[in-house]
Amino acid sequence: MSAPALEARGLQRQFGVLLATDNVSLSIAPGARQALIGPNGAGKTTLINLLTGIIKPSEGQVFLQGHDVTPLSANERVRLGLSRTFQINQLFPHLSPAESLGLAISERNGSGADFWRVAGTRPAIVAEIENLLTRFGLEAEMDQPTRKLPYGKQRLLEIALALATRPRVLLLDEPAAGVPEEERRDILAALAALPSDVAILLIEHDMDLVFSFATRISVLVAGRLLTEGEPEEIAADERVRAVYLGEDAHG
Amino acid sequence: MSAAHGSKTTGRLEAHLHRRARWRWPETVFWLAVLATIIAIPSRVALTNEILVAGLFALSLDLILGLTGIVSLGQAAFLGLGAYAAAILASRGVADPTLGLVCGAAVAAVAGLATAPLLLRGSDLTRLMVTLGVSLLLGELANRNGWLTGGADGLNFSMGKVLGLFPIGFTGQRNAALYSFVVLFVLFAAARRLAQSPFGLALAAIRENRLRAGALGIATSGRIVAIYAVSAAYAGAAGALLAQTTQIVSLDLFDFHRSADVMLMLIIGGAGYLYGGLIGAALFIFLRDVISAATPEYWEFWIGALLIALVLMGRERIRAAAARATSLVAFRPARGDTA
Repeated sequence: MSAPALEARGLQRQFGVLLATDNVSLSIAPGARQALIGPNGAGKTTLINLLTGIIKPSEGQVFLQGHDVTPLSANERVRLGLSRTFQINQLFPHLSPAESLGLAISERNGSGADFWRVAGTRPAIVAEIENLLTRFGLEAEMDQPTRKLPYGKQRLLEIALALATRPRVLLLDEPAAGVPEEERRDILAALAALPSDVAILLIEHDMDLVFSFATRISVLVAGRLLTEGEPEEIAADERVRAVYLGEDAHG
Repeated sequence: MSAAHGSKTTGRLEAHLHRRARWRWPETVFWLAVLATIIAIPSRVALTNEILVAGLFALSLDLILGLTGIVSLGQAAFLGLGAYAAAILASRGVADPTLGLVCGAAVAAVAGLATAPLLLRGSDLTRLMVTLGVSLLLGELANRNGWLTGGADGLNFSMGKVLGLFPIGFTGQRNAALYSFVVLFVLFAAARRLAQSPFGLALAAIRENRLRAGALGIATSGRIVAIYAVSAAYAGAAGALLAQTTQIVSLDLFDFHRSADVMLMLIIGGAGYLYGGLIGAALFIFLRDVISAATPEYWEFWIGALLIALVLMGRERIRAAAARATSLVAFRPARGDTA
């Protein structure tokens, strides 16, 4: 059996008196399509920040493809294949999509610190930028400042940027949040077209999206992992209904 | 992807990515005009030299503030270090200007490298205080080590000829200005290239969104340390030029007002497009010269009024004007950028 793509062991994080993450152990298999759900305030974002290294755990460890990455910084984990998108767009407003993607690609292949070469002179990088722009339908907007893109396109760029780092594990933090109905289809298509060998953990409120995407679901409540299983099991679980689905049904 | 489709999009993509690389004619005009000023107005050549040196100093601040978004109120530390390094060398008989310039920049770069880690944590306010603190500290060290720096008396010295050919100083003020011009142009061209490189793009990413820059795998701390050292080297070179072309150094080089003035210059000229520091330095020093000739004791009043007017006119209008100047001087706007 190969090592999990991403594994958390006994993660704990305290903010003052609040135990935001309480002994969470989580395992994501290579190529998995897994979802993490939970009501507001369950600590989903804290868990993502712990996994990606934006904050350090008070206790516990994170393993990436079998290697302990707990002491590594966020950008070091990205180099080892752990990438993420953000619930609230974290883009470069005055850079174009082409420039933003070029950054991620040249950083990955080790030419990101070149200070004497004009950016955009490596055919291989230009070809890869173009490939990503085409895949995410951003060709028309490629040379515009990101802040001028429609919101749906910005959400697509969020995913394209994370993919440009060539992750082994991709954490998607509510990729469809706030996207108007007519642009949702593009996001769903982009999610469906993600490379099958990349393990994906989807954090999402939208149950339709979760159940159509994930083959395994983990439920987080009040910082603890309540249960984990296949979509049918989760849908049938009374406790999950009580804390989450029931609440969602009348929302 | 098909070759025909690929070539059209690829062409557009490459043109977009390279759009800032080529020198544009307004830039050529700008540099020729500066050169013409030195040659055509010999009576004001000392003032022109002061502007060139201040322009280089403001350029050094633009590298960290404009390109990277890191604020500093301590650039004077590196100006002073560069100036004293060049002056001490000259006063001990090593009078070659080029060597002094390189040493001044190198000493400042080392100091920049050593103090950069202090900038990595905290807010802008923390950075303002830390950089200010470093410059106060160095100023006091220079004051206390009079055996090396001449203390409150400063240092007087004479310089050798540039490249062994061109005398600078009171007998060669035009040569001095030309020397400053060449150094400024070479360092400007290097900064311009750096700004368009992948490294420069990563600095823009750090300025725009440091969180996301890290999430793309960019080692943001390392990049900030690197550009801070480069910025310090530029400020050190400005200090060395100042010392060599005036042949005197004094403790006021480390003064707070030097750091504050250079920030005023950069804000007046506009940060982030590299020409702003040069234009701001020219405006600032020219205005100071004109106003202080008319009302010697009130010139700071008018500079203050100008600054308030600039800010109250609205950041957006200033930015729009800067963007127009940018597209005119340095960069062609991206397609759709003008909409």
